Amino acid sequence: MTIEEIKTLSALEIGKAIKDGRTSSREVTRAMLDLIREKNPAVNAYTYIAEEEAMAQAEQADADIRSGKLTGDLAGVPIAIKDNICTKGMITSCGSKMLYNFLPPYDATVIRKLREEGMVILGKTNMDEFAMGSTTETSYYGPTLNPWGEDRVPGGSSGGSAAAVAADLAVVSLGSDTGGSIRQPASFCGVTGLKPTYGTVSRYGLVAFASSLDQIGPIGRDINDVAAVYNLICGIDEKDQTSTETKKLDLEAVKNFDVKGMKIGLPEQYFGEGIDKDVKDVVMQAVKFYEDRGATVETFPMPIVDYAIPTYYIIACAEACSNLSRYDGIKYGYRPEGVDDLMELFIRSRSEGFGMEVKRRIMLGNFVLSSGYYDAYYNKALQAKALIKKAFDEAFEKYDVVIGPVAPTTALKCGESLSDPLKMYLGDICTVLINIVGLPAVSVPAGFDSNGLPVGMQLIGRHYSEQTLCGAAAAFQRENDHHTKRAQDKEVK
Amino acid sequence: MAEYEMVIGLEVHAELATKSKIFCGCSTKFGGDPNTHVCEICSGMPGTLPTLNKSVVEFAVKAGTALNCEITRRNKFDRKNYFYPDLPKAYQVSQLYFPICRNGKVEIRTDKGTKFIGIHEIHMEEDAGKLVHDPFTEQTLVDYNRCGVPLIEIVSEPDFRSADEVIAYLEKLRDTLQYLGVSDCKMQEGSMRADVNLSVRPVGQTEFGTRTEMKNINSLKAIARAIEYERERQIDLIEAGGKVTQETRRWDDDREITYAMRSKENAQDYKYFPEPDLMPIVISDEYLKQVEDNMPELAEAKKERYMNELGLPEYDADIITGSVKLVGVFEKTAEICGSPKDASNWIMTDLLKLCNDAHIAVEDMEFRTESLGEIIKMVSDGKINRKTGKDVLAKAFAEGVLPEEYVEQNNLAQVSDLSAIEPAIKDVLANNGKAVGEYLAGSEKNFGFLVGQSMRALKGQADPQAVRSVLQKLLDEMR
Repeated sequence: MTIEEIKTLSALEIGKAIKDGRTSSREVTRAMLDLIREKNPAVNAYTYIAEEEAMAQAEQADADIRSGKLTGDLAGVPIAIKDNICTKGMITSCGSKMLYNFLPPYDATVIRKLREEGMVILGKTNMDEFAMGSTTETSYYGPTLNPWGEDRVPGGSSGGSAAAVAADLAVVSLGSDTGGSIRQPASFCGVTGLKPTYGTVSRYGLVAFASSLDQIGPIGRDINDVAAVYNLICGIDEKDQTSTETKKLDLEAVKNFDVKGMKIGLPEQYFGEGIDKDVKDVVMQAVKFYEDRGATVETFPMPIVDYAIPTYYIIACAEACSNLSRYDGIKYGYRPEGVDDLMELFIRSRSEGFGMEVKRRIMLGNFVLSSGYYDAYYNKALQAKALIKKAFDEAFEKYDVVIGPVAPTTALKCGESLSDPLKMYLGDICTVLINIVGLPAVSVPAGFDSNGLPVGMQLIGRHYSEQTLCGAAAAFQRENDHHTKRAQDKEVK
Repeated sequence: MAEYEMVIGLEVHAELATKSKIFCGCSTKFGGDPNTHVCEICSGMPGTLPTLNKSVVEFAVKAGTALNCEITRRNKFDRKNYFYPDLPKAYQVSQLYFPICRNGKVEIRTDKGTKFIGIHEIHMEEDAGKLVHDPFTEQTLVDYNRCGVPLIEIVSEPDFRSADEVIAYLEKLRDTLQYLGVSDCKMQEGSMRADVNLSVRPVGQTEFGTRTEMKNINSLKAIARAIEYERERQIDLIEAGGKVTQETRRWDDDREITYAMRSKENAQDYKYFPEPDLMPIVISDEYLKQVEDNMPELAEAKKERYMNELGLPEYDADIITGSVKLVGVFEKTAEICGSPKDASNWIMTDLLKLCNDAHIAVEDMEFRTESLGEIIKMVSDGKINRKTGKDVLAKAFAEGVLPEEYVEQNNLAQVSDLSAIEPAIKDVLANNGKAVGEYLAGSEKNFGFLVGQSMRALKGQADPQAVRSVLQKLLDEMR
């Protein structure tokens, strides 16, 4: 099978072709690696290309499929992994100089599960440093570019994972989502991404940014692939006490989901001031599709949205400053030369190893936790969190799914938000609430703006409602082709 | 000069005797080459998460129950953030807001009588590693073996007024935790450590003076000395018109002084906040009842029972219950030999003497628990006599020989088989014609002489009772 043929297939189709003997994991992996070698320098989606490891894994997968040891839908199919998920023996840098040389001595639980299913790890994908950013511009390894426009960011922080899928440098990938880091780059790059319910996928081996918000999830070309990968990685893990028992999705039911009678709520504030008109129009058009297919749609007020950004940034930064304290130059990672004093070692390791955005958030986090400010900020944020949860509980008493845009805009121009962090933070307005409450949400390509850039629609559900969310996304993709479009199809209106 | 009184509060850290660490499966064993009891979790590798060892909760609840505390039903862990190379995550998982036990008390006894000391709280936390300075290379190295070993910190109320009370309290805590099997409380190995908060005030004054904290003093004797020193230092300072500074001080045991480590102005802000990687621990009624039902008998109850039910003298009961190790030996011995009194007699006269002569502390004695019982049983069964029993005990104590096997291999068993005794005694009678003649003529004292000669001929292994009766029978036949 040639790369041109492979590019037309979904992950599930590739898995089936391998199983049927129409191709092999080896052939697919070789073709993908060749394409990555050719195209990655322009996109910069990968920080590490696992040439040898991937080929060895592919050969093993082929042997195990032949012997009947591997029978899964995705056995032998290649996948790309965000660089904050620990892979044994493969550098896991989190896009930071601080961990430029960090070789994890263990596999994250999700990686162990993927390996057991015979999925082949192509390499590690670029990201905002320690997942802090919405543009993948804060990476120590330089920015990733959006295949839909080289002057555009791919979104972040899982920009590498989304851009890799959009540029055909991976058929599926794993990202992580702390405040929108799967959904927003999926939206900017015209691919599909799932942020699962907090606890459904083990965080063991995901380098922590904000522990109570972080969640690993899949990115792919369509929802069926995304749901299939989710099925491989979900489930309770004794190594993650915040993980919960979860049911695997019924993939057939996802594929054939009927939206008739589904109750959809649209939060007023998700379509109000600050949201681009193009984005609004595209999402409303998609909502109309559901209405046409028999769903009921209602707009409802959700004023708590105003508190989303401060609440999120206080909680996220507080946890981050503690989580990132372990990078002190003592045990692994970056350590400056010529230091002969402990305090100097701490200060110089962290001053030189971390980038600006990470330092900004560490300082913010230390501030909100420090004595005298704890009640005014951190405790207040926890109170706001309770109110946000209540607002969603109330919404889900009335609606099965809440729909809004993923981001207020389409992909921003490179460099725009680096100079104005506050503007970047405000761009997270539609996604962060979901992490605060731990809800699942899907980002689905819904159309394009007047510049021809992809617009994502966000479907938000109750806790553990992945089956419904993926089904609703599949119903949309069955009858729309936005998710099949590639950058070369781009039309500027 | 005004009369002053001391006010002391203690923070005691006890390492829990769980097999594995608090958040991973690594061994908690003391010693071991540096960084051999370490995995990606306790060394704080990026991406790792803690999994709570449930025994830690059980041990902490046991300790709290024994110290008459209220048990917190919904527990949470918090992070205490600070930078130090021995703390690989740069935060210690501890409990600030909801400690597992609160509002307890223990009764202590000193020369001045008994008194209650309040327990403010007990919380669970993880230990840090250890820095080792290598003077040859001028390098400081880190050993993470202790990292993640579970600790409880027992915080007392400021109820102590003398060093004696402090020592009595620490001994009581140590005994209790050892009885519970919760901690081995070896101060020299650091499995029990005490921080002493001390202030002085003129007698009669109700408000507290400014306190200093002395950290990590590693023996009871050193604690007593440190308290005395610090009391005098503070009084001298006040008498000279000065003021005590609130600070942390370190006790230098060689120079017998305390010196300032850091003052309150430089106090760290630990930025505590709830640990997001662990779920709250809920303690149910059933769980609590189960722990209460399985509480072992503690020292005082045991002593009472030994005296009242087993008939031990108070002195013996006191000595034996004063050491968990001795209690273990005593109970096993009594079980095997069937006589608590014999068990206690042998322990008090023989075993303790062996310890003493060998300069071994009872707690460090490496003595097979079953051996003493087996020896006493052999004596009471007449298999060996008491003298042989003592010799075997000395061997078992010093070399760890198995008593029964040793008696067997060295032919130490008593000869109580009459057919073996008789020929030997006949020889004795034949060789001691004079004594026999005098006995038959009415000199009773010669009987004793003949018994002695017979025992010697039988190499002391004969049952004296059997020897007497055979001798009597043979002499009667000669009349």
